[in-house]
Amino acid sequence: MSPKTLYDKIWDDHFVTNRDDGSSLIYIDRHLVHEVTSPQAFDGLRENNLNPRQINTILATPDHNVPTTNRSKDVNGIKDPISKLQVVTLNDNCDEFGINQFKLNDERQGIVHVIGPEQGITLPGMTIVCGDSHTSTHGAFGSLAMGIGTSEVEHVLATQCLVSQKQKNMMIEIEGVLQKGVTAKDVTMFIIGKIGTAGGTGHVIEYCGEAIRNLSMEGRMTLCNMAIEAGARAGMVAPDEKTFNYVENRPFSPKGEELKKAVDYWKDLATDSDALFDSKYLFSAEEILPQVTWGTSPEMVTHVEDVIPQVEKDNKNLLDALSYMGLEPGTKIKDIELDQIFIGSCTNSRIEDLRAASEILNGNKISKKIKRAIVVPGSGLVKKQAESEGLDEIFKSAGFEWRDAGCSMCLGMNPDQLKEFERCASTSNRNFEGRQGFKGRTHLVSPIMAAAASLKGKFIDVRDI
Amino acid sequence: MKNSNLYSGEYVCLDKANVDTDQIIPKQFLKSISKSGLGPYLFDSWRFNDEGYLGKKVSERVKNSEFVLNLDQYQGSNALIARENFGCGSSREHAVWALKDFGINVVIAPSFGDIFFNNCFKNGLLAIKLNTKEVNQIFEQQINNSQKQIEIDLINQNIQIPNLESIKFEIDDFRKTCLLEGLDDIGFSLKYENQITDYENKLKTSRPWILNDK
Ligand code: SF4
Repeated sequence: MSPKTLYDKIWDDHFVTNRDDGSSLIYIDRHLVHEVTSPQAFDGLRENNLNPRQINTILATPDHNVPTTNRSKDVNGIKDPISKLQVVTLNDNCDEFGINQFKLNDERQGIVHVIGPEQGITLPGMTIVCGDSHTSTHGAFGSLAMGIGTSEVEHVLATQCLVSQKQKNMMIEIEGVLQKGVTAKDVTMFIIGKIGTAGGTGHVIEYCGEAIRNLSMEGRMTLCNMAIEAGARAGMVAPDEKTFNYVENRPFSPKGEELKKAVDYWKDLATDSDALFDSKYLFSAEEILPQVTWGTSPEMVTHVEDVIPQVEKDNKNLLDALSYMGLEPGTKIKDIELDQIFIGSCTNSRIEDLRAASEILNGNKISKKIKRAIVVPGSGLVKKQAESEGLDEIFKSAGFEWRDAGCSMCLGMNPDQLKEFERCASTSNRNFEGRQGFKGRTHLVSPIMAAAASLKGKFIDVRDI
Repeated sequence: MKNSNLYSGEYVCLDKANVDTDQIIPKQFLKSISKSGLGPYLFDSWRFNDEGYLGKKVSERVKNSEFVLNLDQYQGSNALIARENFGCGSSREHAVWALKDFGINVVIAPSFGDIFFNNCFKNGLLAIKLNTKEVNQIFEQQINNSQKQIEIDLINQNIQIPNLESIKFEIDDFRKTCLLEGLDDIGFSLKYENQITDYENKLKTSRPWILNDK
């Protein structure tokens, strides 16, 4: 048999059939559902008298529209009636079709991409979809996890299959050891800076090399989360002992004999040593420094010790970006003054992120220049864990607001938003125009860089702390 | 949604690369639980200077008179030409619904975000990849010669623009059929229900943890 990549193996094991129009049907093992991209899909099922095919493969939760304060009132705490309707519609649809949902007041509620792994719903070797581009996060387990549109959500609900075409294989290897103060977030932003936001288009990226193996599972989730920002529909890391240890004893993961069988299967998934990739990149861990974005696309990124690059007069894209961001070429990253700090999102809202950020803040106060600093745990369970470790107290005494779980200011579909021209150091994944609020300005950074910046009101090199 | 083979009309050039779906339709409009009615909010923060919300009337809005889609000569355009990586970012199908609702039924660019590209064809929106040189030519025809007529022959896969040689384009057969025949995608897949059931039966022994009752 010819050697295969991890992606090839998962593809082959999920291949159902070819349709006679030349596309393939790929079996889907897990389907995560949230309130924003599902209402029209459920309408479609009703119109066509269809039912979800495999109810046990689906988990739903509201995350995008949910308020991060005052949650005792359940959906009645959602002030915006249109947001509320969307969350209520998810409730109704899940009830009608019998779908398992972690509702707003369930302590297991959270961002879909945080709760899947937390519950053991995400497992190695699976195909996982969600009507959300950051589904790529789950690739950290060595699964093929893809964001899909609403029509595809409906299709997967009805058929348990995705109409697909095989993508190309890309390998990104990071050799060596990361410097202290350099995190998975910096690695993933660094890669995007190198290959561009379209660099991975049409590919599935497999991340490998010493620096990747050394990342914790949570770090690998951060890494794969932003594979979509590199244009790839999926990013993945081969499962290893760390992965198996992580999934063991989760509520939905296999137990006993079944787990043994599963682990045997997962162990065979790693890319064969002589497998062929369509493209390969090799970077050295030592060259990666703490990253900060300065523009309106994740590829407009540099390291904290750098300055904003010079822009040629006819480079409309960069000029537009700088004008939107209110920045000039040559400005030092460390001279950029901030209004808000956001620690959260499916990129960086897990327990390790909160621990690392709180370590920087411990015993310190945020700068008076910062108008608001908020921490939004990725799930109710992350929040509970953090509180049991006393992290909430550290954040609060530093001057941060301690919120309830949800997407929050990652995209501000709820009330957490930037005001016009406010500038934010954010641990999320997209610095697009208006993403965090109308005319708001976003700089993407790691949780420790965000925490460090909160102390000075400006970016500082976290390695200096 | 069945489309005819011929698309003809006027095109408008949006001179921006990496147009993400957050720009095509900003987040506040994703609160809609319906597919229709999103056209008025297409490119909302570029077309308008005030902040929009679902239900806000266009007549109450402050138009950005410089934005290309607001220029008089491009009113009624049904083809949008853009730079590379159009539709990158979020998976929101609302971006395609908004384009269609606005009246755009063709998008041409050197490259597209993968999820957006898929979403287009599921909604009868023709997305065409051309090389950068060809896209540049189409831009130049508009900028230098005020050209906006465009005709696309889907069956023969070519684009006609006055004063330009006809441009051939590639399209996957299944996407082409899907546009021409207006296939019911789910119905089409359900023709393979036996194969899906066979797969599921095997799954019960090969990877039993997948379909377990939880
Ligand atoms: S946290 Fe942000 S990126 Fe992640 S699912 Fe929510 S909105 Fe999307």
